[in-house]
Amino acid sequence: MNRLLSSEFVYNYRRNIPAVLGSVLVLVFAFLAIIGPFLVWQDPYDVSQLELMDSFKPPVWLEGGDPRYLLGTDGQGRDVLASIIYGARISAFIGLAAMICSCVIGTTLGLMSGYYGGTLDAVIMRIADIQLSFPSMLIALFLMSAFGNGIGMILIALTAVGWVVYARTVRGSTLGEIQKEYIQAARVAGLSDAQIIRRHVLPNVLTPLIVVSTIQVGSFILIEASLSFLGVGVPITEPSLGLLVKEGFDVLFSGIWWTSAFPGLFIMFLVFGINLFGDFLRDELNPRLR
Amino acid sequence: MAEPLLDIRGLQTHFHTFGGLVKAVDGVSFDVKAGEIVGLVGESGGGKSVIGFSIVGLIDPPGKIVGGEIRFDGRDIAKLDERAMRRVRGREIAMVFQDPMTSLNPVYTVGRQMDEVLRLHTDLDKAARRARCIRMLEDVGISEADKRLDAYPHQFSGGMRQRVVIAIALLAGSRLIIADEPTTALDVTVQSQILKLMRRQVEDTGAAMILVTHDLAVVSEMADRVVVLYCGRVIERGLTDEIIANPAHPYTRGLLDSIPRIADRQHRLRQIPGTVPDIRSIGLGCSFRARCSRAQSLCAERSPDLAHVRGSLDAACHFPLEEAAR
Repeated sequence: MNRLLSSEFVYNYRRNIPAVLGSVLVLVFAFLAIIGPFLVWQDPYDVSQLELMDSFKPPVWLEGGDPRYLLGTDGQGRDVLASIIYGARISAFIGLAAMICSCVIGTTLGLMSGYYGGTLDAVIMRIADIQLSFPSMLIALFLMSAFGNGIGMILIALTAVGWVVYARTVRGSTLGEIQKEYIQAARVAGLSDAQIIRRHVLPNVLTPLIVVSTIQVGSFILIEASLSFLGVGVPITEPSLGLLVKEGFDVLFSGIWWTSAFPGLFIMFLVFGINLFGDFLRDELNPRLR
Repeated sequence: MAEPLLDIRGLQTHFHTFGGLVKAVDGVSFDVKAGEIVGLVGESGGGKSVIGFSIVGLIDPPGKIVGGEIRFDGRDIAKLDERAMRRVRGREIAMVFQDPMTSLNPVYTVGRQMDEVLRLHTDLDKAARRARCIRMLEDVGISEADKRLDAYPHQFSGGMRQRVVIAIALLAGSRLIIADEPTTALDVTVQSQILKLMRRQVEDTGAAMILVTHDLAVVSEMADRVVVLYCGRVIERGLTDEIIANPAHPYTRGLLDSIPRIADRQHRLRQIPGTVPDIRSIGLGCSFRARCSRAQSLCAERSPDLAHVRGSLDAACHFPLEEAAR
């Protein structure tokens, strides 16, 4: 632990204000998502706790605000803050799970593509090229509207969109690594291809993976929010941040702005924080930029 | 005389490329006996490294071994399948590479990389493997081997890393070591240390070594016998002393003349005119004729075969050099 604290990484981190800001934002949101439900008094999805009388209360600092509802309430009398905290858990879960799925699949394909080359490489990379020629939102939108919604479906759609980035990144790094003589040395030592890929190539391509993964979580959260906003994302029983924005959007023009603005701001700061930290990791871990 | 450990007969390794068929190795024959160092010499593009990789069966497409035999310890390993070949690699035949900066994996400690070889090729338990690694590191002249085992490659200097690479090559008790330009990337002072170390290891373990290099000075110091390659063919072979003193092939003469000697400072270095031709464009005749001062019309008509000249020397030349008083 002491070695970590005195490392160059920590030294640079402390002097990088955007990185500190970004990671603080991420930590606060992670904290809220994990233990938030114990901090708010209302479970917004337990109908017995809702009071229809309290619907469309404005935030506490506006006239007519109720101190029980810091950020106001929506049409069913749900506390907006509580909804955000519950929604953030779903958004964060989808972002992380989709990142892990696409990382595993994309990395595997990228490693094989880079290591074996030839026809396999050509096939995988052409599929990736075709996919990259469509906006990722469009692909996700198509998959969701064709195969129905639900969290599982969203994960599949996001993975289908996200593996390409991993595959290309890993393939590039793999091509660089297999030029090096230690890969030849491992072959001469009698290791099989699978052993070489697992023990020698993979650990050497991990660094760019960490960077990509951080950025991907942010973009997955955004895509999921967009899908949910468009009504093809999560079901109404599991409202993510994007769905909250959509619900609020319906009443936005009657002057009730808080039900959509606060979840929207929350998404913005969450992704902003993730990207700030991701940029720091990219600068720090990329040997070419040092 | 004992059966040679490695006997290569008529090896042909060809590459099918867009520009045509490249006969990188075209009918190469030589043998290596146990406890002997054989130098493979030639300019870049001569097919030296391809021979090394052919022996361990690691020629990647578009390359392919299309002919010849590689008899190792009595069996033809060119015909083994991948599974069987993996047991030969590392256990029977090991390789030392040119660049010690990239021939060790940066993310693992030296000890772990040594351990990997032992785990793969022996049944020793963990403690025994570690003990053997430490002994091996000490053998190649690394002090405090116990501590250095847990260090990462970047904590070693270039020369030290090459010692580690040699230690790994020797670890599993291989009987043949192929050293591909093992000292080219090192400082001259470190170079001679590493060469001495390899020489001693070969003498101690009785292993055979193929020393691939472009540097005749290294060969004259190390090798018992020399095989000179040009455009994928053996152009001359024989005992090191005889070749160095009195080469029979004009190309070998040219290589020797281009080595700087501190003793005769007044002479300008002689170079071989021209460059190595594109292997695809040689056609009939001797591949060296365009650069050879002795070339005659016969040289363009018929490619010379390797034939006995004198003593231990075989050369592929229609007009071999006489035993010159130099």
